[in-house]
Amino acid sequence: MRVKSIVCVKRVPDTEARVRIAADGQSIETAGVKFVLNPYDEFAVEAALKHKEAAGAGDVTVLSVGGGESAETLRTALAMGADAAVLLKSAGPLEGLAVARVIAEEVKGREYDLLLFGMKAIDDDLQAVGPMVAELLGIPAATAVTEFSVEGGKATATREIEGGSEVVELKLPCAITLTKGAYEPRYASLKGIMAAKKKPLEEKPAAGGESGVKVEKLSYPAERSAGRIVGEGPDAVPELLRLLRNEAKVL
Amino acid sequence: MARFQGVDYYDIDSLLSEEERMIRDTVRQWVDDELLPVIEDAYIGRYLPKQLIPRMAELGVFGANLPEEYGCAGLNNVAYGLIMQELERGDSGIRSFASVQGALCMYPIYAFGSEEQKQAYLPRMAAGEVIGCFGLTEPDYGSNPGGMITRAVKTEDGWVLNGAKMWITNGSTADIAIIWAKTGELSDTKSIRGFIVPTDTPGFSAKDQKGKLSLLASDTSELVLQDVHVPDDALLPKSGGLKSPLMCLTQARFGIAWGAVGAAMACYDEALSYSKQRVMFGGPIGGKQIQQVRLAEMLTGITNGQLLSWRLGRLKDEGTMRPEQVSLAKRHNVSMACDVAREARRLLGGNGILVEYSAMRHMANLESVYTYEGTHDVHGLILGQDVTGIAAY
Repeated sequence: MRVKSIVCVKRVPDTEARVRIAADGQSIETAGVKFVLNPYDEFAVEAALKHKEAAGAGDVTVLSVGGGESAETLRTALAMGADAAVLLKSAGPLEGLAVARVIAEEVKGREYDLLLFGMKAIDDDLQAVGPMVAELLGIPAATAVTEFSVEGGKATATREIEGGSEVVELKLPCAITLTKGAYEPRYASLKGIMAAKKKPLEEKPAAGGESGVKVEKLSYPAERSAGRIVGEGPDAVPELLRLLRNEAKVL
Repeated sequence: MARFQGVDYYDIDSLLSEEERMIRDTVRQWVDDELLPVIEDAYIGRYLPKQLIPRMAELGVFGANLPEEYGCAGLNNVAYGLIMQELERGDSGIRSFASVQGALCMYPIYAFGSEEQKQAYLPRMAAGEVIGCFGLTEPDYGSNPGGMITRAVKTEDGWVLNGAKMWITNGSTADIAIIWAKTGELSDTKSIRGFIVPTDTPGFSAKDQKGKLSLLASDTSELVLQDVHVPDDALLPKSGGLKSPLMCLTQARFGIAWGAVGAAMACYDEALSYSKQRVMFGGPIGGKQIQQVRLAEMLTGITNGQLLSWRLGRLKDEGTMRPEQVSLAKRHNVSMACDVAREARRLLGGNGILVEYSAMRHMANLESVYTYEGTHDVHGLILGQDVTGIAAY
């Protein structure tokens, strides 16, 4: 058996990076910010590699929509072991549905068993691109998957749900979005990083990315108000309890 | 724990290629994920955390600048240097392990070995299946290795080695030792040749060096060779004279010049973060003039060191690097790192003596790094000789 996967990945600011809003108020300042492969997408790349290895054959193509700098993000996935990469170049940032349309347009002409995504991108937290692409392509989808198996033309996926897990079966080809679970991302080996340079990375313009949604404004979360000292030692306990009960309402 | 973000005041990142940065970041992340969580225990418990060896091999750090045909990563020297920097950001002992395996054992087999020896050892050493140690220094011959008294005498079917080697990193862990010995008269440094000696050969013994106060997460041993018989093919055929082991040391010192910067970066990063959090006299100590100047000195030293190693790496990749230039970088960067570690430890106050902070561990480690692979002073003499044309030793 062989498993062919397409993994959609996104370039996002590093989780440790301090992000500032740009002068236009609608985007973030990119200068001096380190960008990484979206951590949830790493689970998806790892899942694709694991299933290819388990099947003994197949291939893993990584795909991204973005500017030229997203090539670096794709090479990170190639260094982990993906076989080929496609960069669909967009002139500026695209909103979720537009990204989904671009991906669907590209993927519909390709042969694949699994179309994998991270459950969400850590920058905009949309969680919708995966299911939207599945809808546009008319294929089944499962979201927030921690682990899945592939056998006999179908995938069996374990989803993380409130208070437990749910097992679903999907006919191939299908779309799956991954969350933290069985697929701990591997390190790109140093040889893998060198080999990534020689792997195919196709660049073409993003096609069909229209959307009715536009970002109006970005703002920072409200600043937290300063703490209050209610007293010292055991004497302060009754007052602290009263405040926790009546003001903070946490008890 | 927050992931390490590096120290880059002069945008040196923009002088690196995408692959070089990716390699650096991969090793950096590995150090955060797998080395730092175990180093305190190893240091206090005085053992080499051997579980890291297969993981380092998987990453491909051993002999990473040697060619792919021998199972190595085939990286350029800047990428190799960045690996050493990141490993030593974790601990000098772990970087020493990798330096010895790659620069002091795999390199001589690559440079002076026969094709059969390269095929037999290099892929297995890259995979961490065979661990090496390097036996040059002797109890009475440290800075003056040419005075060595270990000898190899030719027999009908091989060689017999006798002698003792001291301060040998990986000595008790190693499967093979690269032993340097005189094959002629004791006065004849040209007769120095290298031998690959399996450590289970009868007559070979390694004893842990007791009482160390530095490099505690590293194995340092004394080797004794008593009538050790090895076959003819144990000899590294292209080795000849004191120049051969010195060429290995140039490789290792190159990595040390980078590694020391990593240790300094770890100390500075820790000191900076502590200075912003530690409150004394009603405000963070980072707001006090004395700590600000401390931090400024550290940052200046680190930036100097980064530029030196970067340039040295580019010279090595261009094939024009001279050993004296390596001496300058090793000497400057290790001395700088010693200063940074000590000042970081002082900034940390009482907490600075605890192992849960890294400054004092680095400070103690760096005293060994200052002394090994050519002491600070000897590198000064190498530079002195280079600029005056007069040898002072």
